[in-house]
Amino acid sequence: MTANQVAVWYLVASILFILALKGLSHPESARRGNLFGMVGMAIAVVVTMAIVKSHVLIILAIAIGGTIGAIVSRRVEMTQMPELVAAMHSLVGMAAVLIAITAVNNPGAFGIHDPMPAGNRLELFIGTFVGAITFSGSVIAFGKLAGLGKHFRLFSSAPVVFPGQHLLNLALALVMLGFGVAFFLAPDKAWTEFAVMAAIAFVLGVLIIIPIGGADMPVVISMLNSYSGWAAAGIGFSLGNTMLIIAGSLVGSSGAILSYIMCRAMNRSFFSVILGGFGAAEGTAAAGAGEKQVKSGSADDLAFLLANAESVIIVPGYGLAVARAQHAVKEMATKLIEKGVQVRYAIHPVAGRMPGHMNVLLAEAEVPYDQVFEMEDINGEFGTTDIALILGANDVVNPLALEKGSPIYGMPILEAHKARTVVVNKRSMAAGYAGLDNPLFYMDRTMMVFGDAKKVIEDVVKALG
Amino acid sequence: MTGTIDPTVFYLIVFVLAVFVGYHVIWNVTPALHTPLMSVTNAISSVIIVGALLAAGPETHDFGSYVGAVAVGLAAVNVFGGFLVTQRMLEMFKKKQPKSGEKKG
Repeated sequence: MTANQVAVWYLVASILFILALKGLSHPESARRGNLFGMVGMAIAVVVTMAIVKSHVLIILAIAIGGTIGAIVSRRVEMTQMPELVAAMHSLVGMAAVLIAITAVNNPGAFGIHDPMPAGNRLELFIGTFVGAITFSGSVIAFGKLAGLGKHFRLFSSAPVVFPGQHLLNLALALVMLGFGVAFFLAPDKAWTEFAVMAAIAFVLGVLIIIPIGGADMPVVISMLNSYSGWAAAGIGFSLGNTMLIIAGSLVGSSGAILSYIMCRAMNRSFFSVILGGFGAAEGTAAAGAGEKQVKSGSADDLAFLLANAESVIIVPGYGLAVARAQHAVKEMATKLIEKGVQVRYAIHPVAGRMPGHMNVLLAEAEVPYDQVFEMEDINGEFGTTDIALILGANDVVNPLALEKGSPIYGMPILEAHKARTVVVNKRSMAAGYAGLDNPLFYMDRTMMVFGDAKKVIEDVVKALG
Repeated sequence: MTGTIDPTVFYLIVFVLAVFVGYHVIWNVTPALHTPLMSVTNAISSVIIVGALLAAGPETHDFGSYVGAVAVGLAAVNVFGGFLVTQRMLEMFKKKQPKSGEKKG
């Protein structure tokens, strides 16, 4: 196959990748889109296989890697998607670094002049350090998400901060750039410069992610998604592969947009998330909570209210997923719909631990997606709704966000407080991750139902009969 | 103006256009599918496997081809895992009206 033919096939694959992303504009077209993506990938791999000389190692590696990937994709639970995605980001990052190593070792294998020209070195340097940061950062993110903090302090979901942290990061980044420039200018292979640069990048990846609290994980995971794309694009530049540049840029911009959406949904600037330290107050009891009175009720009371309502909006939060209550909720909703109650779900963009996580958890519980609404689409409906049922969510329904001067002022919220009756299920009166009290709990129209979400909902289902 | 365009400039053009396309396509993705978006972009960025294939593919095996083969393996985990887990999630987003109808009967 000639180089031109290969380039045309790569173009076909690139277009299929774009179509794969385009399909995700609607659940019905998304499956076909995914198929396009698979075909694009198959074309890319087969065409490349046709131009390489030796296939034994490659087939062995694909067989092993592919089997692992296929098994994991089948076994992973939907609550573990953030961990899986973090793990996959780390693999892309590592692959980028390994490819860079082979390019330094033997540029000829990629049709690059040996010794490598300066331009390719610069691009390779960018691909390597972004790849290395993606790898080690994703490993830390994975550890935090998987709750490995008990075993290893770096994985703690509470921010790991120490004095001079930002200064150290800055200094390391400068040293890394220095070695990058040395690698760029060196006449020989410059292994030492390359290795030191990569080693510092690995350390930086760790240092960048450890100060970020568990609650900011949706931003971190989107950011690492973006980095993995830029790493691929960087490698594409140095290998002169347009398909790799296109695919990498698509992924890079996707991750960047998701990071932006997540930051906006938390009303936080990207830099304040990256600098970290937020979320330290997680789990502390709200100040003064004891003075104010809340009305609390039982699961039976809740069942009675629901059965007599005309419309219910369920606001699920991560607490619901932790309690694995999604199936019970779906069962309750089915019973209510049979009784003629209108049931809808309202999803805040940061419900869950990664963008869109809650939608997947509800879809897994077979909740039809046309009952599930995004924040902008349903906020106007709370005022005419009988019951807003809040399950394991807190900050995303906190009306303090509407009051000037409150720490979360400006954060977009689900306006559950406008419903005729508000029912909140929580395990205790502990504050959300913002460490704030929630006036919603003390309203006259609010009933608190304390207890584990799954237990409470199952009791409601029983009471509904 | 004479001479040919430097390849790096050409790649930069491709890069900028691709970012532009990405920006517009991604804003059209429905928020409900942001998790599948992440898993499928993961699979797509694993197209980095083509670089690994070239590294692992020379006729005589040396240090570089073994490192390349490891990279092929890592990327293959993502290619298969990414697309398959996306498929699994998207299956869950199918309409389920007939099923809820059955339950009534």
